[in-house]
Amino acid sequence: MPELELPAPYRRDVEGEGPSLVWPGYGSTRLRGPRQPLVLLPQGLTELTGPVLGERDLGPLDNDLTRQHDGEPQGERIEVFGRVLDGDGRPVRDTLVEVWQTNAAGRYLHAGDQHPAPLDPHFTGAGRTMTDSEGRYRFVTVKPGAYPWRNHHNAWRPAHIHFSLFGRAFTQRLVTQMYFPNDPLFDQDPIFNSIRDPAARNRMVAAFDLDATTPEWSLAYRWDIVLRGRDATPMEED
Amino acid sequence: MTTPSQTVGPFFSLGLPFESGPFAVTADTPGAFWLRGVVLDGAGEPVPDALIETWQADPAGRFDHPDDPRGAVATPGFRGFARCPTDTAGRYAIRTVRPGPVPGAGGAPQAPHIAVSVLARGLLDRLVTRIYFPDEEANAADPVLARVDPVRRPTLVAKETADGYAFDITLQGDHETVFFTF
Repeated sequence: MPELELPAPYRRDVEGEGPSLVWPGYGSTRLRGPRQPLVLLPQGLTELTGPVLGERDLGPLDNDLTRQHDGEPQGERIEVFGRVLDGDGRPVRDTLVEVWQTNAAGRYLHAGDQHPAPLDPHFTGAGRTMTDSEGRYRFVTVKPGAYPWRNHHNAWRPAHIHFSLFGRAFTQRLVTQMYFPNDPLFDQDPIFNSIRDPAARNRMVAAFDLDATTPEWSLAYRWDIVLRGRDATPMEED
Repeated sequence: MTTPSQTVGPFFSLGLPFESGPFAVTADTPGAFWLRGVVLDGAGEPVPDALIETWQADPAGRFDHPDDPRGAVATPGFRGFARCPTDTAGRYAIRTVRPGPVPGAGGAPQAPHIAVSVLARGLLDRLVTRIYFPDEEANAADPVLARVDPVRRPTLVAKETADGYAFDITLQGDHETVFFTF
C-alpha cells in the first residue's frame, strides 16, 4: 500500500470533562461500565471518516414532532434550534441530527416505559433533520416532562431531549441529552451530574431565547452542540 | 469545549432504529455475510437494550468520504454503516462484507477491521471497539492489535460461523472486550 498523508486527527476530549463509565450513583453503570482501562487508538482513516447519512432518508415533517399525526399533541409548544459546531467553531454542515423524547406528561411511547402518565395519541416523540450549510438545525416539538425512574428513592429525570449526532468522522459521533434551564431536578440527577465539571455540564443546558419565540404560538430554546475539533487546521474544505 | 456525552437510555428504539439499519451492504452484494453477536453485562447476562453501530472500508479499503485522501468512491450497494438494536436475548445481526486493509496513523497499513460503537442504558459514553477477522495474516502486523495486551487480543477477533462471523461483546468482567479511546 503506498504511504498516504492522512487528514489531521481530531482532538481528544479533555480529561475529566466526559462522564466516568462506572458511576455508582447511576445504578445501571455497575454491571455495564467496563473496568479495564481503555486502550489508546491512534486515529486512522476508519476513525477520520464516517457515514455520510443523507437527505434522501428524511421526510418533510421529520423535524416537526407536532405535525406527525392527525391532531396536535398536548403540551407547551417549543422550537429547539441551534448550530452544530466543531471545537474550533467551524459549522458541521449537512450532518444528521436525531432526537427522541417523552411527551408533555413525561411518558415515552415505548413498551418498556411503565410510568403511569398518559400517552398522547398525537405524539410519537422522534424527529430527524440535517444541518444546513452553516451547521444550523431546528425542531418543533412540545416540552418533554420529567419522570420517575427508580434509580434511587424518589428519583426523577429532569426534562430532556435525547440527541444523536454523527458529525463528519467516526471520532465525532456523539449521543447526549439536552436539558432545560434552571431545572430544580438537576441536583438529584446522577446522569446529569456524571459530568463533574460544572462548565462542561452547563454545555448540555439550552438557553431560553425570547427573541426566537413566535408570538402567539411557541416558546424557543437555543442549544449549540460542539463536537470535537481537529489538532491542526485541515485544508480548506471543498 | 465539546458537548459532553450522556447515556442513550433505555428508550432509544423510539427514535434510532430504521428498517435498513442493519444492512451495511445490499443483499445482492458479492461476498455479503452476517455478522452476529451477543452483548453481555458483567454478570454474564444478555443486554437487551444496546445499540450496535458499525463503520468500515469497502472491500478495496476505500471510504466514500471526502477526507479519504485517495478520493471518495461510492460502491453500489455499499453503505459501510450499519445500526442494529439488540433483541430480548441481547443479540444483534448486521449484513456486511469483509473490508480491505486501510491506511492507519502514519500511513502504516491496518489489517481489515470493522469499527464498532456500543450504546446502552448504563453506558454514559459510547464504547468503541474493533472487529478483526480470524485467519487474517495481516493481523500479525496490525499496529492497533500490537497495542493490546496479547491476553486480551482474542476479544477483538471474530469467529467464523456458517453464515459469516460471530462477535460477542462483553461489557465487563473476566472476558471484558477491549474498548478504545482516541
